[in-house]
Amino acid sequence: MVEMILFILIGLVAVAAAVGVVAQRNVMYSGLLLVLNFVCLAALYILMNAQFVGIVQIIVYAGALMVLFLFTIMLLSGKRTEEAQGGLPAQGPLAALFAAVLGVEVLLLTSGWRGAAQAGSGVNLGSVQALAGVLFTRYLWAFEATGLLLVIAVVGVVYLVKGGPGSGARG
Amino acid sequence: MSVPTYFYIFLSALLFLIGALGVLLRRNALVIFMCIELMLNAVNLALVAFGTARQSLDGQVIALLVMAVAAAEVAVGLGLIITIFRHQDTVDVDEVKLLKG
Repeated sequence: MVEMILFILIGLVAVAAAVGVVAQRNVMYSGLLLVLNFVCLAALYILMNAQFVGIVQIIVYAGALMVLFLFTIMLLSGKRTEEAQGGLPAQGPLAALFAAVLGVEVLLLTSGWRGAAQAGSGVNLGSVQALAGVLFTRYLWAFEATGLLLVIAVVGVVYLVKGGPGSGARG
Repeated sequence: MSVPTYFYIFLSALLFLIGALGVLLRRNALVIFMCIELMLNAVNLALVAFGTARQSLDGQVIALLVMAVAAAEVAVGLGLIITIFRHQDTVDVDEVKLLKG
């Protein structure tokens, strides 16, 4: 019962924060509401006994990624980061239409799924030990490939921002 | 009494929908990027929920890998946005139309 109440409270805050990210005119407020959403999701992970994923969610998403985001917002703010009114004709109605179609699709896909009732016995399921046992055996190649991907991304970003040939060469 | 899995799936679908709506509605590249993060997080929630329901760790491992890919994606995306801002002096995606014929 306590879990149910917690789920509903955290879920409501998460949805409200997500709506705020989309609706907020000020980019800075959008970023801070996104942090709130990430923290709510971390709480939900911990509620599901996925403690390690919850902690990583806070460290990586609410910590590192959002610092990067807020840094960029500060870097670009003040100069035309507010969007002008208007834009494409009928953007709002079309977006609502597509979102409605997508929503019906997702609900149809997921409503058929009931699965087994969630057993509460997996207390150790999200522990670091159990997770590492799977991550470094069955998913070892995926793990290594992720490391390679991160290296490529870092090199690419440095090349992109410092300026390769023909990109202004301001580095 | 624990929370039924389809509650989590419903919440995940809702968050994904809000993120998709944001990508369709907003024109600030930074906000569009944040909405993509919202969608990635919604998918992560579904992965962890399914994994917990099946008493399997695969969902959580895939969620961790998604987080790593999202980190790489944010780094590259923000680098792109900063580069576009330097050249075009705007982050409005409607005004970046160099390739328009």
